[in-house]
Amino acid sequence: MALNRKIAYIDLSKGSVEIRSIPLNVRKKFLGGRGLDAYLLYNHTEKGCDPLSPDNVLIVSAGLLSGTCASATARTHFMAKSPLTRLIGSSNMGGFFAPELAWAGFHHLVIKGKAKKPVFLWIHNGEIEIRDAEFLWGKTTTETQWAIREALGDEEIKSAVIGPAGENLVRYANVITGFKNAAGRTGMGCVMGSKNLKAISVRGTMDIKIAHPMDALGYNKKFIEQITKAKVSQTQGKLGTPFIWGATNSWGGVRTRNFQYNQLEYADEVEPESIDEVATKTIGPYHMTGCFACQVHCRGQYRIPSGPYKGVYDEGPEYTSIGAFCSEPDCRSIETLLTGNHLVNQYGVDNLEIGSLISWAMELYEKGIITDKETEGLDLRFGNDEALLEMVHRICNRRGWLGNVLADGGIPAAKKIGKDSIKYLVHVKGMQNLHSDERPTPALALGIATATRGSDHLRSRPAIDLYHLPEPVLRKIYSNPIPYDGPLSSEHTSYEGKAWMVFWQENCYMAVDCLGICKYHTLFLGATLPNFEEWTKVIYYNTGLEFTPQELWEIAERCYNIERLFNLREGQRNDDPEKCDWLVDRYFDEPCLRGAPDVIGAKIDRERFKKMLDEYYQHHGWDENGVPTEETLKRLGIDNEPSHLL
Amino acid sequence: MEKVLLIDYEKCTGCRLCELVCSVVHDGVSNPERSRIRIIKKEEEGFYIPVTCRQCEDAPCMNVCPVKAISRDEDHDFVKIDYDLCIGCRSCVMVCPFGGMNYNPIERKVFKCDLCGGDPQCVRFCEVKAIDFVDADRVSLLKKRKTADKVLISRKEIFPSSQEVYI
Repeated sequence: MALNRKIAYIDLSKGSVEIRSIPLNVRKKFLGGRGLDAYLLYNHTEKGCDPLSPDNVLIVSAGLLSGTCASATARTHFMAKSPLTRLIGSSNMGGFFAPELAWAGFHHLVIKGKAKKPVFLWIHNGEIEIRDAEFLWGKTTTETQWAIREALGDEEIKSAVIGPAGENLVRYANVITGFKNAAGRTGMGCVMGSKNLKAISVRGTMDIKIAHPMDALGYNKKFIEQITKAKVSQTQGKLGTPFIWGATNSWGGVRTRNFQYNQLEYADEVEPESIDEVATKTIGPYHMTGCFACQVHCRGQYRIPSGPYKGVYDEGPEYTSIGAFCSEPDCRSIETLLTGNHLVNQYGVDNLEIGSLISWAMELYEKGIITDKETEGLDLRFGNDEALLEMVHRICNRRGWLGNVLADGGIPAAKKIGKDSIKYLVHVKGMQNLHSDERPTPALALGIATATRGSDHLRSRPAIDLYHLPEPVLRKIYSNPIPYDGPLSSEHTSYEGKAWMVFWQENCYMAVDCLGICKYHTLFLGATLPNFEEWTKVIYYNTGLEFTPQELWEIAERCYNIERLFNLREGQRNDDPEKCDWLVDRYFDEPCLRGAPDVIGAKIDRERFKKMLDEYYQHHGWDENGVPTEETLKRLGIDNEPSHLL
Repeated sequence: MEKVLLIDYEKCTGCRLCELVCSVVHDGVSNPERSRIRIIKKEEEGFYIPVTCRQCEDAPCMNVCPVKAISRDEDHDFVKIDYDLCIGCRSCVMVCPFGGMNYNPIERKVFKCDLCGGDPQCVRFCEVKAIDFVDADRVSLLKKRKTADKVLISRKEIFPSSQEVYI
């Protein structure tokens, strides 16, 4: 049974491992995956703990459904206090790691302490060993994975590893499995590096009994049809997430030159169709691949077509790599894009954060806030492909003054660089924004301003707001499973009813993050894709657990509130510009200069945004400062946290 | 007409849903170790190859079995195991040239693809049709069509100006 998967407490300082069952009452309250991780983090860290100290706790989990016969349950979740934001650190990756962890008998790993020298965890059919990793230190992410397979003599081993960026404690280093599946954001690879933990390797051959096997299969067939029928899934399956970049860029929703513009012009060479052409030429007509048990297969494969890395195989690029290596730095070479994507994968660093920070440095260079002195002679102007890639090397190796400074993340870097550099930093809670421009879309702007892990689109983005669906259709979606009769607007430039959409999507994404299902199988980019109703069936057929859609919603809301409690405990406050639910001034003061007529001139209105934020707090049952009221916590059964149930 | 599993490895995305489906259909549990079909990956090449029993005519597993526990099912035309006779010596695993015969260490017995009694579930769930179940006389012709497509592509690459001939 999925429900008998265990939790392991691993203390790297003591070298001890303790394995326990997860009680059913805890499951019913927090399900698993990100939700239960949030509970564990809140319970196992002390207020104010230093993210890079042995006191920080890294939690790794498979979703409740990972490895069952439900589709696309590939997501592995990582959680810890973030060394980048000093608030909640949370990131989620695809690939094949999570199901393997479940077949090895585990759902959650709680990793404390710090090993004296580099180690990796070897997890195999109910057993966990802490092993020496000296032979892996210094290796890139793929070298590390292949070396572990060779050392243990098993090609089927799946590993989640850090690269040189994690070893060098780059604050936004990520964790990688396979070529490019990354728990990318909030520096979870940095936390691993701080614990001297190079890799977590798993191999499992233990049965997961399916509660109602034939029903589970039959329902999965229906579920798959629902996914594959959606046009958005079909397009993703051909072009991957670059298709979103292409569509958004043509409209004028892609940040360019570090937020100075909102569209990359003359970008033919890096449009999704061009990437597809390179992939077809270098890999073949069937160059898309998928994560575990997924029918969307949105991951591209390619070989670098030219330049010093010519012929090297990698996967992607995703939307964020095009943002990092094209639109933000104002570059438009496919060689740079595919090479940059390869470098961040091999170093194990968040492409979004690094791309955004380099572009910020480029703007500072343009404005004379930093000069050749700080860049040590590097011509860091926008559009300089070579300088862009050079900065990736410098940051990941912490080489040179600027490389070292940028490796510490935006806010610490702005403090070191000084002058008015902070004015140009586009972040929320100390984390850089996705390379999309939310000025024309108040709903999307509210989503990034309030996300618990800092500026982020994958915690609450109501992307279908851009589809202009008729109001009755919106109402059908957004008044389920919880009744809602407030305002809703089909107009993406409106502030009306958007707070509810953000709140709804938060719970939607939290629910799938607990289950381990990918967001491309949810009501994220397609209005017909599954949500609460479907998931209750998938859960029942696979695990036997019975929930109503309303109960599932409540679990998601509970888990989201735990994340909020963690952030409040760690100092999130709306009067602290580094830790607030608010956007940087550029969103309010600088209008969009390019794009479609509904975009040109668009900026966010402070007053209306504040009103929308208040509304959002009210939907949550939080006070005017964004603090959950006693009544809300009671309603969700988390008024006595930390409750140490696990 | 006899039907056979047709594997087109180029189409496989490597998702491994077939492995899950196979183990759930046969054993009610999700565990690729119990799957008759496995996706073998050459990750550094981006290459995924579904491997399963080929239901050979002159099957080495059938020939080597010392107790004649392996025979051909005449109704559905697949190679089957009679567990009343099987002694669990794993000779069949040893001689299979493809790795199509499997061994289950939990139940300590060999197992293999039975084409799900004529409705292979791996095929039903493979959206990209990397595995298909086709009339046996189609197998070779489908391969020939693919060869023809490749000839056409290379011809177009060599003589781009002659493209209109083929449109």
